[in-house]
Amino acid sequence: MSILEVSHISKSFGSKHVLSDINLTFEENKIYGLLGRNGAGKSTLLSVITDRNFANNGEVKIDSEDVRDNDSKLGMMYLMSEVNLYSNGSKLTQIIKDSESLYGGFNHELADRLIKEFGLDINQKFGKLSTGYNSIFKLILALCLPVQFVLLDEPVLGLDANHRELFYSELIQSYSDNPRTFIISTHLIEEVANIISDVIVLDQGRVILNQPVEDVLAKNHSVVGPEKDVKQYTKGLNVIGHDMIGNIRANYVYGDLDDRVLPDTVQLSNFDLQKLFIFLTNQYEGGTDNEDK
Amino acid sequence: MKFEFNSSEPIYRQVAEQIEDAIASGGFEEGGQIPSTTEISKEFHINPATVLKGMNIAVSKNLIEKRRGLGMFVQAGARKRILSEKRSDFFDDFVENLVREAQNLNISEDELLALVKRGYQQ
Repeated sequence: MSILEVSHISKSFGSKHVLSDINLTFEENKIYGLLGRNGAGKSTLLSVITDRNFANNGEVKIDSEDVRDNDSKLGMMYLMSEVNLYSNGSKLTQIIKDSESLYGGFNHELADRLIKEFGLDINQKFGKLSTGYNSIFKLILALCLPVQFVLLDEPVLGLDANHRELFYSELIQSYSDNPRTFIISTHLIEEVANIISDVIVLDQGRVILNQPVEDVLAKNHSVVGPEKDVKQYTKGLNVIGHDMIGNIRANYVYGDLDDRVLPDTVQLSNFDLQKLFIFLTNQYEGGTDNEDK
Repeated sequence: MKFEFNSSEPIYRQVAEQIEDAIASGGFEEGGQIPSTTEISKEFHINPATVLKGMNIAVSKNLIEKRRGLGMFVQAGARKRILSEKRSDFFDDFVENLVREAQNLNISEDELLALVKRGYQQ
């Protein structure tokens, strides 16, 4: 039973605030989606959590123990990211051997299967891998090392559609065989929308959403119909975006609808996580819709 | 199971409905084993807990049952129970919409009945 807690983490590069007072709790055996636009602070947060980067303020704890310079706690996490920790001249087999001794174990059976399924040539040198196979090799490490927290920063970078499908299936298989906590940062929201149990949205270094996906989706409502009726119906609701085609308007509401009466001309349905993400993170480009509030 | 998921309904409920539909159509036979939670999760990239939640709806409706160490199996009589439920939902699910749409289009009751008759003859 392990819990990863991030409290009051702030980080600046010079005068730029990359992370501002981040508070998050990662519970056991959940799959978290960490979403955010480019530059939102996702990679920085993951590298701070794993002590590859230091924060100006705040702390990261596993089971109430600070992880900083704490080998036994750091050994419970693995971060797969674009940053290469291995030297270009190392053979993949050697990297696996070194990682195995560092983390105190390695699932060779799973690794052998993944190497075969992805068609990875294990006798290559790390520096010779293409972008896709560089990701694939690091994913294999992430899935086969005996860690309680698997952090994946853009796990499918450079992977073709077939390999992405294969990765998601293998992620689920590995999670089912050996439940543990995953934190997946990605831009491909639709591909992970049903896989993740909880969604965290970072925007400009702040957490703007942190909830179970099911709860989030239950609050997404699209209200479509003649402009006048739609505006009337959504008065006072939390309208986060809208579309217009001719006189037909769609207002996108995030929150509970009270028991107001729905006019015959207006249709209610739901919208998905990706659309919510776009509305929530668009506001600095003039995307919010405040006129109806 | 066709497994095309949309965002209009919680995924776990869609999982339950698709299991029901597969039993109703005979795709999953009575007494037969259905795919495991992991198999369904892997195939359609859905969180295993979500799939399990959908399966549990079908379990609580006595449509499938867990046999320890073996997996999930379709219960005897499940198909009949699903069909009778679908029949009792038929009015709400289809007839009301049909009549409403007919009214929108100024189709009279007699005209609608004639159209239904034509549907049966085809």
